[in-house]
Amino acid sequence: MISIISLRGLWAYRYFVLGSVKREFQARYQGTQLGVFWVIAHPLSLILVYTLVFAGLMKSAMPGHTSRFAYGIYLCSGILTWNFFTEMLGRCVNIFVENANLLKKVQFPKLCLPIIVTASSALHFCIVMGLFLIFLVVIGSFPGVIIFAMLPVLAIQIALTLGLGIFLATINVFFRDVGQSVAVIVQFWFWLTPVVYAPTILPPFAARILEWNPMWPLINAYHDIFLEQRLPAWHTLWYPMLLALVLVALAMRAFSRLQAEIVDEL
Amino acid sequence: MGHIRVRNVGKAYKRYHRKIGRVAEWCGMGTHHELKWVLHDISFEINAGDAIALIGVNGAGKSTLLKIITGTARPTRGAVEVGGRIAALLELGMGFHPDFTGRQNVYMAAQLHGLNSSEIGACMQDIENFAEIGDYIDQPVRTYSSGMQVRLAFSVATAVRPEILIVDEALSVGDAYFQHKSFDRIRAFREQGTTLLFVSHDPGAVKTLCNRAILIDQGRIAQEGAPDEVLDYYNAMIARKQTSELIEQSEQLGGSKITRSGSHRAVIEEVDLLFNGVTTRAVSSHSAVVVRVRGIVHEAVEELTVGILLRDRLGNDVFGTNTFHHYSSSQHPAVGDAFQVDFAFPDLALGLGSYSITVALHKRDAHVADSYDWWDRALVFAVTPAERASSFVGVCNLPVSVAWK
Repeated sequence: MISIISLRGLWAYRYFVLGSVKREFQARYQGTQLGVFWVIAHPLSLILVYTLVFAGLMKSAMPGHTSRFAYGIYLCSGILTWNFFTEMLGRCVNIFVENANLLKKVQFPKLCLPIIVTASSALHFCIVMGLFLIFLVVIGSFPGVIIFAMLPVLAIQIALTLGLGIFLATINVFFRDVGQSVAVIVQFWFWLTPVVYAPTILPPFAARILEWNPMWPLINAYHDIFLEQRLPAWHTLWYPMLLALVLVALAMRAFSRLQAEIVDEL
Repeated sequence: MGHIRVRNVGKAYKRYHRKIGRVAEWCGMGTHHELKWVLHDISFEINAGDAIALIGVNGAGKSTLLKIITGTARPTRGAVEVGGRIAALLELGMGFHPDFTGRQNVYMAAQLHGLNSSEIGACMQDIENFAEIGDYIDQPVRTYSSGMQVRLAFSVATAVRPEILIVDEALSVGDAYFQHKSFDRIRAFREQGTTLLFVSHDPGAVKTLCNRAILIDQGRIAQEGAPDEVLDYYNAMIARKQTSELIEQSEQLGGSKITRSGSHRAVIEEVDLLFNGVTTRAVSSHSAVVVRVRGIVHEAVEELTVGILLRDRLGNDVFGTNTFHHYSSSQHPAVGDAFQVDFAFPDLALGLGSYSITVALHKRDAHVADSYDWWDRALVFAVTPAERASSFVGVCNLPVSVAWK
């Protein structure tokens, strides 16, 4: 019941959400001379470094692949989606603290804020992903219709990030250590996920433990789609999906119990 | 539409002895906090079209109450019912984002009120014209002066006439020109039926804009009624508070050594301010008051003179005189005699503000000759606006005749 009411409340603030996403986008490049160029330059340089440097110069090869771009594609599909995850999580965690000024003075549904972060991060992800797809077309490695399999995987990833993000953001209002520790933990988390290395190089016991890492099957799914050009192993995604639902439920519970105190504490 | 009903509202903040207590509570392990009440059982009703002033010293709970009425904070007890759209200027600004330009912030504020871009575009020009901040509208808000922020915030909040307008001290930051302009707009809204809830320390603004006042003190409603009466009560209250603070201050500084000096051959026992024969610490300008000084003579003194000195809030001398200058110094009281001197002011033509009275006992015309007792800031009192509209600004009202030539 509560969620239906709050969703309707959010709808009334759609102009605020859309406007905020637009403002954030503008603000990021405000005061620069080249403006839109930087929107593309940053992700493009990222893709080129990963693909050309690793593929061309270091001649890193992927086991079982002959294409010289194989490792570059492996790296990009993992890092671009991982960056989407960490950017969104990092901003979500601090979202109530950063907007204290607004929350104390204007009455509006607080959940607008994580939604703005999601939309804003998703917009940047779309630009990067778009460039990556163009790159894949250019080098002739575009996976075709398989690409649509990415959408459910992304949906799970966003739900997972949002659930974790809102939960931690609520706690962070009362214990600011949470925001600090997330930045540290994400560093370790990155290396506990097969983004730059192939999971096959891990000793079996380590692999068994790391399977509990919900980002593992998600990143693997992206690898399947982009590098192997096949559908991800759907059954591996049950775990992150259920975890995402649990986290969203937990976040909603924590938020609705504590939201009255958030403004008092800020 | 436009009414506000506040019923038995109380607000308490949770105070934890140790932060970890909060985690224990989340896990369902007992209670680890105590409640710090900042508002107690506040009830009042505001009807549509009313203009209410909320007054009270800093920290009395006015802002918390406004936050509860606007909905940003929730009451711990009781309920608030609001009929109609609220536009609120709480403290400085409206939650402006410092990195966004003024224009972007205008859009953000308007979108928070549910307007879409084309609707905002329609009133953007009005907002710019009213704020009069020129090119700054396209600069980041962090480069604004506080006055400019208030100009923009007020212009946005009042771009569309709200049913309820809440203004929290914010306007005092603006310059006189903008204050006039915004008061004109508030007045125009009132005529069209907007309910006003106004927090201010400016008695003039309260009297001209509001038809009722509520005095909040230590989280409770201390007085409610016509603005004049409530302001008088309030001024008396702060004067009392200031006096006791000043006395405490002087005691902390080493007591009589600082505020009292002299040989103490004669000693001031009591200083009082009387209006209609009754002790008061707040008088309206141009009223008839008496400063009464009573003392006792301990040792033989010659030509005892009693002097008073009025100082303003900043310590500037405003007016001083003594019995010698008024040819009544031929007093040679005997040892053990008590004495009383009344300084009667038939028309206390002082400007608004708080004043202190310093009293001295000495020989002949100046206290340098032979000072018996000198009591710094023996009494603090406030001058409140006169019944009729005041015709002057500044510290005192000089006799003047004005004519076109």
